[in-house]
Amino acid sequence: MDMTKAQDLIIDDRARGVFRVNRRVFTDPEILEEERRQVFDRSWLYAGHESEIAKSGDFVTRKVGGRPIILVRDGDGTARAFLNTCPHRGNIVCREPAGSTRLFRCFYHAWAFDLGGRLAAVPGDDAYTQAFDRDTLGLKPVPRLEIYRGMMFVSFDPAIESLVSYLGNAREYLDLMLEFGGEEVEIVHGSQAYSMKANWKLLVENSMDGYHAIPTHQRFFNQYLADIGMDTTSWAGPIRIQGIGLALGGGHAVIENRARALPITGTAKGELDRIRARLVERVGPERAHRIADYSRNLFIFPNLILISSWHTIRTFYPLAPNYMEIDAWANLPRGESPELRQRRFENFISFLGPAGFGTPDDVYALEGCQRGFAAWRELSWSDISRGMGREQPSSQDELQMRAFWRRWHALIQGLRGQTDCSDRLEQRAAAE
Amino acid sequence: MAEDAAFTVGEIERFLVDEAALLDEWRLEEWLTLLAPDARYLVPPLDMPDADHRDTLFLIADDRRTLASRVRQLLSGTTWAENPRSRTRRLITNVRLLATDGGEARATANFAVWRFQHEQTDVYVGQYRHVLARSPAGLMFRERRAVLDLETLRPHGKLSFIL
Repeated sequence: MDMTKAQDLIIDDRARGVFRVNRRVFTDPEILEEERRQVFDRSWLYAGHESEIAKSGDFVTRKVGGRPIILVRDGDGTARAFLNTCPHRGNIVCREPAGSTRLFRCFYHAWAFDLGGRLAAVPGDDAYTQAFDRDTLGLKPVPRLEIYRGMMFVSFDPAIESLVSYLGNAREYLDLMLEFGGEEVEIVHGSQAYSMKANWKLLVENSMDGYHAIPTHQRFFNQYLADIGMDTTSWAGPIRIQGIGLALGGGHAVIENRARALPITGTAKGELDRIRARLVERVGPERAHRIADYSRNLFIFPNLILISSWHTIRTFYPLAPNYMEIDAWANLPRGESPELRQRRFENFISFLGPAGFGTPDDVYALEGCQRGFAAWRELSWSDISRGMGREQPSSQDELQMRAFWRRWHALIQGLRGQTDCSDRLEQRAAAE
Repeated sequence: MAEDAAFTVGEIERFLVDEAALLDEWRLEEWLTLLAPDARYLVPPLDMPDADHRDTLFLIADDRRTLASRVRQLLSGTTWAENPRSRTRRLITNVRLLATDGGEARATANFAVWRFQHEQTDVYVGQYRHVLARSPAGLMFRERRAVLDLETLRPHGKLSFIL
């Protein structure tokens, strides 16, 4: 993309406290193509969780970064990621969403591959010449696969930094969000595959937008919680402005609030208190306090969200400027009692998912924004400046979104190296 | 067995068609009275249509209290996804009475619910798997399970009305 054109897509005036995003970024197919190459293909993308392929031969297939991939545990117990396309002539090799197998066989010409991706059978291979090299005709691994605490990330950039380096300061928050139950988490049965007729970046913003919570989701806070007998003052009272928004570097960001009333804090209070007490024993009172007494919405650039109130992992990818596919799962501690699991399911779907008391209104809001963007030529700018002048922006402010946008803006311009995603003036000067 | 013998396909079909009309006409409080006090309204995840809501993350697993709240929210005006509310039209067919036992009937029916909103058209196709019982007023739901045949909620994106 033309550098000047890309540069003009965002106005980031830290001295005056102005931050505006040109609405063209939500509608332009050329920008989407640039995002695919400059943003998604140069990032680590969440692909799945090791618990989904627990045993040798277990596999799942899904789209990641627009590519069909297979996640499989091979005969040695190693988790692997392959492109789900036959090296011969291209057909999708594995057509099941999940299962267990000893061999992947492409039905088109019956080429077969073992769990390590090696070419295991070629019918009539005597017809090929000496140049036919079986060793190069196995399933093609995704260029990079790294796993952090069970979370499998892939990258289509062979030269990308390590996953841990990429996560940077977000790693600390990821840890906090994975340790809430005292055990490692697993993905539970029942996934949510839905979509929005909206630009994918709107869901980045929305997933860590404290400002929208009360107006958009008042039916959850004011009606549902009251209907099930919860005290809703922790949502409506002054405590909600004590939350903070943080830019974690690399485009990652988090909003953090003191933990508040949720269905599960009523239905499973005793068990949650016991889990907290065990956390105190295991990791000490200070860390237990950090883990258990806060709610967090964590964004891992460019398309991964974890939300502690519901214990969800959510990722999404654009198929068009005005359409994204979304996949979401619940990640819950291993070994919990069936009763607590059921309370956690109820808690999750009370708000989240295509039929929850929260998500449908987000879908509707974001699709409404997208319809509004049809007027982008006349009304060209969205304002994302909330809290820009504050020493510590709150979770109701928009620093966490600016952090995303600043990294996005650097990548879309083809810039390499670090990006200062904070609001600070002096770092900006130092970086330039 | 006398009360078992009272269930007929014709009666169940009339009940389901009348029920569908209440939902399409947004008469949600009347509709709510068709559910027994211990009834559940279930929509399983699309990747596990036969799962149990106690050990699987469903799309919807409402007990009566949650369902009553769902109705209140839909009628309140602050369920933005249904304000202005969408148009729906339900086609209920292929009613089958599978079993009767202990005053309950297990019945299935096919459904196609057409939904229109902001010039978007979505169709939700699936099978009801109901457990019905008798009340003084007629039939009622003990369990109301809507199993979608959709592989994903794409491009639907949401299920903001009662299926």
